[in-house]
Amino acid sequence: MSERNNIDIDYVANLARLELTADEKAKFSGQLEDILKYFDKLNTIDVSGEEPMAHPFPVFNVLGEDKPSATLSQEDALANAPKQRNQQLVVPKVVE
Amino acid sequence: MEYEPVIGLEVHVQLKTETKMFTRAPYHYGAEPNTLTDPVVLGMPGTLPVMNKKAVEMTIKAGLLLGCKIPETSKWDRKNYFYPDMPKNYQISQFDQPICDGGEVEIEMEGASRNIMGEHRKVQLTRIHLEEDVGKLTHCENESLVDYNRAGAPLVEIVSEPDLYSADEAFAYLTALRNCLVAAGISECDMEKGQMRCDANVSIRPKGTHELGTKVEIKNLNTISGVRNGIIYEIQRQTLAMENNQPIVQETRRWNAEEAYTTSMRSKEMAHDYRYFPDPDLMPVRVSKEWLNEVARDIPELPFDKQRRFFNDYDLPYTLTSVLCPDAKLAAYFEEALTIYKKPKQIANFIANDLLRELSAAGEHGALPLESCKIKPAHIAELVQFIDKGEISNQIAKEVFPEMFRTGNPPGQIIEEKGLKQSTDTGELEAVCLEVIAENPKPVQEFKEGKEAAINALKGQVMKATRGKANPKLVDDLLRQLLS
Repeated sequence: MSERNNIDIDYVANLARLELTADEKAKFSGQLEDILKYFDKLNTIDVSGEEPMAHPFPVFNVLGEDKPSATLSQEDALANAPKQRNQQLVVPKVVE
Repeated sequence: MEYEPVIGLEVHVQLKTETKMFTRAPYHYGAEPNTLTDPVVLGMPGTLPVMNKKAVEMTIKAGLLLGCKIPETSKWDRKNYFYPDMPKNYQISQFDQPICDGGEVEIEMEGASRNIMGEHRKVQLTRIHLEEDVGKLTHCENESLVDYNRAGAPLVEIVSEPDLYSADEAFAYLTALRNCLVAAGISECDMEKGQMRCDANVSIRPKGTHELGTKVEIKNLNTISGVRNGIIYEIQRQTLAMENNQPIVQETRRWNAEEAYTTSMRSKEMAHDYRYFPDPDLMPVRVSKEWLNEVARDIPELPFDKQRRFFNDYDLPYTLTSVLCPDAKLAAYFEEALTIYKKPKQIANFIANDLLRELSAAGEHGALPLESCKIKPAHIAELVQFIDKGEISNQIAKEVFPEMFRTGNPPGQIIEEKGLKQSTDTGELEAVCLEVIAENPKPVQEFKEGKEAAINALKGQVMKATRGKANPKLVDDLLRQLLS
């Protein structure tokens, strides 16, 4: 059961955009594997007859009417940007 | 060996709502950058999303329109990724329980000629799900600019099965899909404004086989013709690779419209790991029978159904129906005119030819929209009535029409003011006929010698002298009397 719990710490760190030292990698790998052990425990329970659910409360359709409300001013919208130009945020060039 | 392409399209369509998907900041095209935001759009800590009811209804409507199944429950998931087009580092989408399942889009292939209807076929859909749009990036020399106006706008993704077999079919599919969605008021589907965007999955396989080949996703197909050209290129590229025994790599390629080729963006090994998980901030959607029936009441006739009805009810030729039916507003305009005077073919001709010509000449950026047209449907019906009653000729009607378009006045008023009523004064007309006979001895001689067609030259002269106001039938009778 536990061999499944080998965390690829480099892959996970990359997904989270984190740079980890060798010590941190060792430490966090262990912690994350401990967390996965809890899931192994959960996986021992037979839930084949249960309907999966995303929320613990049976609440549906929390909907808002399509009526416009206030916006932030352009100045406020850009206030946290370290750099701006042409009323837009400037970020390092990123092309997908 | 001969190869057959297999294509599936993922079409993103912005819904025509006033506000965004999960917050009530307004959204519309063309606003100053970063003026359509609020704390939810910018992903500020502590903000919570609230679904847009109208967007959910429009998605259900799209599903009903295209024959999808609407499951009782659908839910929201987070698609996680780091890219500056989304400030909160995830996009809210639907992973495994979309609002619409299955469905189909009826398409028409190009006919043998412009006036012959092409073959029809139904293209199968996989699903339609609802999500939020992302911000717009503009890439400069060394940096990128971000505008969050579009971030969070309601966006549906319509996914087709790999059920298209040529670039022309993909083109026909997009056209048909757009006509349906525009008719239902779900979106304007203007690709130039990014209201409709398309990615294509293209693969090829030896003709006659059934297994799908390795698929390549093409992005950046920004116009309907770009979709066609991009797919044509990609089919050729893959065919060439196969013929040279080169492997086709599963990857994403970008279409470069200016230089007409695709380039690799990322291969499967570099593919994103989106780590979808249910969004804990959003409750699922449950669509009751009552809600479904309420939305169903608002479903319009599909363009191809309308066309079949126009063939049956009005006996219109294909060319006229293919102009009127894809445009729900134009078709409604036509049918309103018919309520005044039921001459479908004549009225359809004035709308498909004269009206559309005037509209396209009057617009500054493309054609003037029908809503801004001053001619009322009733005016076109009245114009045809004047012709049928023999009060004006077809030729005069063609002169009255631009005047109707310019002023918005009813045809009767224009005919009256300009003195265009057909002359039925036999005495006056007889004098003109006599004059024409005197001035044209050659055709007179020919007619008397039995050359029937020679009378047309004389009729033409009479019409010219009366500036088209003479009743052609009357002129014909008078000339024959005077020449016998």
